[in-house]
Amino acid sequence: MTAQAVVTGLGVVAPNGLGTEEYWAATLAGTSGLGPVTRFDAGSYPSRIAGEVPDFVPEEHIPSRLLPQTDHMTRLALAAADWAVEDAAVDPAALDEYGMGVVTAASGGGVEYGQRELQQLWSRGKEYVSAYQSFAWFYAVNTGQISIRHKMRGPSGVLVTEQAGGLDTLGHARRHVRHGIPLVVSGGVDGALCPWGWVAQISTGRLSTADDPDRAYLPFTDQASGYVPGEGGAVLLVEDAEAAKARGAERIYGEIAGYAATFDPRPGSGRPPGLRRAVEEALADARVTAAEVDVVFADAAGVPELDRAEADALTEVFGPYGVPVTAPKTMTGRLFGGGASLDVATALLSLRDGVVPPTANVTAPADGCALDLVTGSAREAPLRTALVLARGYGGFNAAMVVRRV
Amino acid sequence: MSVHTLIDLPELTRLLRECAGEEEGVDLDGDVLDTVFMELGYDSLALLQVVGIIQRDHGIELDEDAVAEAETPRALLDVVNSAARAERIAA
Repeated sequence: MTAQAVVTGLGVVAPNGLGTEEYWAATLAGTSGLGPVTRFDAGSYPSRIAGEVPDFVPEEHIPSRLLPQTDHMTRLALAAADWAVEDAAVDPAALDEYGMGVVTAASGGGVEYGQRELQQLWSRGKEYVSAYQSFAWFYAVNTGQISIRHKMRGPSGVLVTEQAGGLDTLGHARRHVRHGIPLVVSGGVDGALCPWGWVAQISTGRLSTADDPDRAYLPFTDQASGYVPGEGGAVLLVEDAEAAKARGAERIYGEIAGYAATFDPRPGSGRPPGLRRAVEEALADARVTAAEVDVVFADAAGVPELDRAEADALTEVFGPYGVPVTAPKTMTGRLFGGGASLDVATALLSLRDGVVPPTANVTAPADGCALDLVTGSAREAPLRTALVLARGYGGFNAAMVVRRV
Repeated sequence: MSVHTLIDLPELTRLLRECAGEEEGVDLDGDVLDTVFMELGYDSLALLQVVGIIQRDHGIELDEDAVAEAETPRALLDVVNSAARAERIAA
């Protein structure tokens, strides 16, 4: 029998809440974490709104030994990983170190750290570049630091599929569990709120240029004009259900029941995008029908043609207004490699509490967008199965089904 | 600090703290002259960073092999200070 991969611990760092319960309370209340960029002077850039994690004091969460060698987003990831391990009440020191893996998602690595050190190189010379630059800006840095900190030497890696990475990493964690690894620390925490990261995002042409934080990211609406970038994400502890039971795990948030990833055809090929196929294959993988899905957490690009493509895919699979759809990322911005992992954490909390958080700042979907979008306030409902969608710039699509067990 | 000493132990521990932080449970201000760096929580990369800054700020060049073999603060101070003396004599 194939091993069942379950989530037993969550660690959340988000612009609207530090820690899982703080984030969840804010998200249910529709409290947004979007605001003007403060981490650098964004005044001269066309986009000036971001989702920044407030009140994160590194010294309170990170040992001083790790401060000189970590980018801001790695510090956030280390804190989230600590919380996930704590939440699962697992003691890594008591387990086989080769039976614990670490798989995270990344988009650009430690971009802010990298920018600072490259500026030192250009302006002052190589003697001023930190030796830690050698790994601090590396894509796999969060995986490495989490692995070292918790002495987890099992199969590990990093997935780089832009915003789809937050699902691909959990799909990969499930693969490890199915191959006999009892525990995998997974998910994504990401961010690049510095000029270098900012211009890389602007170059996609998909960033909102609105200056009102409440009007900047309005997916599925007539006013959609792009997205807002943010920082943060979620770390999830993925375990073999039997192993979790054997160690006496008290809480199981849910099962990673289905997962699929597809890639878009090349532009101009005339073939349809791959999102619908990802949805259908994830449902088939989970052995559930569309009618059994209780809620969908949308990718919600905030770009009209991409919103339309997603709404079309959902309407084709579920029928017009066929399933409640929400996009709590309207309160955090899109978190690169971290966003979809946070969506999965949010979906699991929804299943736990029987409530769907709202899509903030959106009052009604655009004409012709036949989605039952949850807006205004949270909606209570008996929930068993949730579908999470994610798309990454460059053609990546991923879909994941999580189910209460 | 004697005229023959470029850096002393307090200066070295200050640099270690500044460049690489301080391991919990280690008292850098204690008697650490002969404690191996690994026990103080400093790996080769931490030492690479510290040695890089000593070379940069004092304009000296240290022999890579000698630095790699210096496993304790006393050994590293010896490498640094004898290199500094050698340079002064050469000058």
